[in-house]
Amino acid sequence: MQPFRRLDASAAPIGMPNVDTDQIIPARFLWRKRSDGFGHLLFHDLRFGDGGAPKPDFVLNRDVYRNARILVAGRNFGCGSSREHAVWALYDYGIRAVVAPSFGDIFFNNSFQNGLLPVALPAERVAALRALLEQSPGSSIAIDLEAQTLTGPDRAVDRFEIDPFRKECLLAGADDISFTLGYRDRIAEFENACEAKVRWL
Amino acid sequence: MSGPSTLFDKIWSSHAILVRPDGATLLYVDRHFVHDGSGNAFRMLKERGLAVRRPDRTFATPDHYVSTLSHDLASINEPHRRGVVEELEANAKAAGLTLFGLSDRRQGIVHVIGPEQGLSQPGMIIVCGDSHTATHGALGALAFGIGASEVGHVLATQTLWQRKPRNMRIVIDGTLAQGVHAKDVILAIIAQIGAAGGVGHVIEYAGSAIRAMGIEARLTICNMSIEAGARAGMVAPDDTTFAYLHGRPYAPKGADWDAALAHWASLASDADARFDREVHLDAAEIAPMVTWGTSPETAAPITARVPDPASAGDAARRDSIERALAYMDLRPGTPLTEIAIDRVFIGSCTNSRIEDLRAAAKVLDGRRAVVPAMAVPGSGLVKAQAEAEGLDAIFKRAGFEWRESGCSMCVGMNGDLVAPGERCASTSNRNFVGRQGKGARTHLMSPAMAAAAAVTGKLADVRQFPMRP
Repeated sequence: MQPFRRLDASAAPIGMPNVDTDQIIPARFLWRKRSDGFGHLLFHDLRFGDGGAPKPDFVLNRDVYRNARILVAGRNFGCGSSREHAVWALYDYGIRAVVAPSFGDIFFNNSFQNGLLPVALPAERVAALRALLEQSPGSSIAIDLEAQTLTGPDRAVDRFEIDPFRKECLLAGADDISFTLGYRDRIAEFENACEAKVRWL
Repeated sequence: MSGPSTLFDKIWSSHAILVRPDGATLLYVDRHFVHDGSGNAFRMLKERGLAVRRPDRTFATPDHYVSTLSHDLASINEPHRRGVVEELEANAKAAGLTLFGLSDRRQGIVHVIGPEQGLSQPGMIIVCGDSHTATHGALGALAFGIGASEVGHVLATQTLWQRKPRNMRIVIDGTLAQGVHAKDVILAIIAQIGAAGGVGHVIEYAGSAIRAMGIEARLTICNMSIEAGARAGMVAPDDTTFAYLHGRPYAPKGADWDAALAHWASLASDADARFDREVHLDAAEIAPMVTWGTSPETAAPITARVPDPASAGDAARRDSIERALAYMDLRPGTPLTEIAIDRVFIGSCTNSRIEDLRAAAKVLDGRRAVVPAMAVPGSGLVKAQAEAEGLDAIFKRAGFEWRESGCSMCVGMNGDLVAPGERCASTSNRNFVGRQGKGARTHLMSPAMAAAAAVTGKLADVRQFPMRP
């Protein structure tokens, strides 16, 4: 996993609330392998018409937003299905951070497993950021994970909260599994104590 | 543990292997269910040279990609679909997992067979790479969905890193009116608190209406907790829970049963336990519900009308209603009972158990569907039970297709799709854009309501259908 430290990149606004993971990547693509890559399938049915031609009105099809690496979204972004493919599609496309008032819980957790940073800010500020991006398409947002700050196109700085454990993993590009394997003995000890008590499992 | 605690607090603290000073908690997982969407997690393990730590705590069944026309593996024509089912069976065999495979009568939707086999028990932490894992919370477990990386993590370590969510209690007191079922209750809850209303919380469902429900109804309620944004949903175990579990294949037996019972009886939230948030609903006021839009929060009583975006409070809300109505091809002000449908689906981890099929069959008995319709039992055993009761004959006489078990048209990954532009009355859990197929329009409702829609060809109020006793 690539570490996430700082990002200063162009951002695209997606204002709809409740953008579910079915919209981020439709179910018919889920059988593919992680190594196949999912970037070309991101927002597939919002992004492409029936013949596969890009829909000109979709935000990421507009030249000025095409290379966005940050999305500024509506409330409850990534709700619904647990498919990690939604995070893989965003990441493979080049998105490294999503800013929204709130996120679907499983999507939120999946993001950290892949080096994608979800930033929750108050709804009014997120709406203001989207308006700024619409007024000045192609403008940038700067995120400093260490300092937990997000600087908008208006140069206003917001501090955001993040779970210290997740922050540490993102900064290090560290992976949960190797970290947890270091606790093998603690796990075994716990397991034995449990099984002595709860024999029927 | 000090001080009064909730059911959720008790399960959480008894599974915490270690808690870091920053609050990150390493939780032990009692049961892990895997399905045919877990290929990427198994590959992740292989690439790292890791083995499944506890194959005896891991149970596998194919459900998302299986054909509902036949459970002969060779009948899955599309190589990619057959491939993922074969891959699950191979992974299960290689790792020594218990597999309820396609040729096993116990195969079914993972959230149907866990409770059915007695694998899902009070006090457990249960995870699965599927967002509807909250279903198992109906037995008094803490059950939640995880992504592929976390599935890999649980396979390798039998643990998960989590930060403790907050406690929320939804109390439903009173008696449900005739024709009103568990699905209507959970849709009414989501309509009230919103699709993000439970974000960051674990919901405990309580109150006299919940206590009066059987386990299958509670499973339906907990199943859709994720549609309210919650991490999990649960119901305190009680005599109904214990009676349900007694004698099931994986339930404890003999002296173990007595020990288990004593433990389970201690799990309910303490009377003075505090919840971060409480919501109350009056059961008697809940009507049969249907959704009109593209989020489950757009549920409304069947007696309502399609909302008018012009009357929305703010621009964002107006825009969201307009967008939903455009996709759903609906006009503001239309009575919901005037919406004509093209197809009916009865099934999914929300509503494919025997009581769901009985409720639908009661409406269908002696009547005929006027649109194409299918019933997909949640497991091979549910199907066998329904057939033993003659329900299959009622469905078939009513013109329904009677299929083999699987997730089917809830998500369409097996090819059971709603055609573009078609409108489906569905007992599933999501009415998202494109969920049942590209361009498909979904209206969520209970099995009884779906049956009523099938025989009228429109969304219909099941309370107006005289039924045989």
